[in-house]
Amino acid sequence: MNASIENRNEAQMIASILAGNTHEFHTLIQPYERSVYSMALSMLQNEADAEDAAQEAFLKAFRNLDKFRGEAKFSTWLISITLNEARSRLRHKKTAKTDSLDELTEGGHVSPALLRDWREIPSEALERQEVRLLLQDAITDLPVIYREVFVLRDMEYLSVNQSAEALGISVAAAKVRLHRARLMLQKRLAPELKRVMPKRRWLPWF
Amino acid sequence: MVLECKHVWEHISGYLDGNLDAAVLEEVQKHLEHCEICSAILDSTRNILILTADERVFELPLGFSERLHARLEAEMQGFSYGAAAAGDEGDT
Repeated sequence: MNASIENRNEAQMIASILAGNTHEFHTLIQPYERSVYSMALSMLQNEADAEDAAQEAFLKAFRNLDKFRGEAKFSTWLISITLNEARSRLRHKKTAKTDSLDELTEGGHVSPALLRDWREIPSEALERQEVRLLLQDAITDLPVIYREVFVLRDMEYLSVNQSAEALGISVAAAKVRLHRARLMLQKRLAPELKRVMPKRRWLPWF
Repeated sequence: MVLECKHVWEHISGYLDGNLDAAVLEEVQKHLEHCEICSAILDSTRNILILTADERVFELPLGFSERLHARLEAEMQGFSYGAAAAGDEGDT
């Protein structure tokens, strides 16, 4: 989430909402709509479920705004609510992959893809739906514990500390999970993206 | 200490986040200067992070915002925080 200038006014906005100007909540959450949705989608792997979970997270944030103490950033608090909502739905659906925490204590490496000749990934590649789907699939296929930290840190730009706080884990554990998530994505995506963009050196989409 | 490739891979994430110890950073950089494979791994990992951070990867569905705010609007009707505190455990 962006640490924009608007954040400066969040505390005032929250105070005003709690004082009865509830409609300001619409403005308060606008910068976070996409973040909450993408977090929910990466967790639930289904657009309808993600929208429902995202709506529910915002409703819970609204109902419980008086319990937000301002010790955490509002964005971190909101993400915690979203994570709780998504996890709760995953438990009910029982479709989540079973992720063993033992994985964190394994000494084994996640080996990256050993490609010599594919380094550049122009952002314009995202104009291709195929590439977006590859990225979405790779992210949503990550085991939940890796997916969560990856989305928080690398998609929503929370710091490692904030990510750990939102997840309720130690900073060290967050770093380990993040590293594994990144290498898992590199291992999977680098060859796939090379396949769909074999002529990347010549930037044919420019 | 000379790092082998597999040891460098363990530091890729820390390298990208800029939180390696100075001594390790120096060794990793030395390795990257002469190892084409590891520098390609670093570049592709970095670029994948750049791509996945793009907002277009997980675009909001059409009408998402309108539906969300309509639902919030309905929730706001007659809502007051004092009343909510009595019957809501919350998520904090």
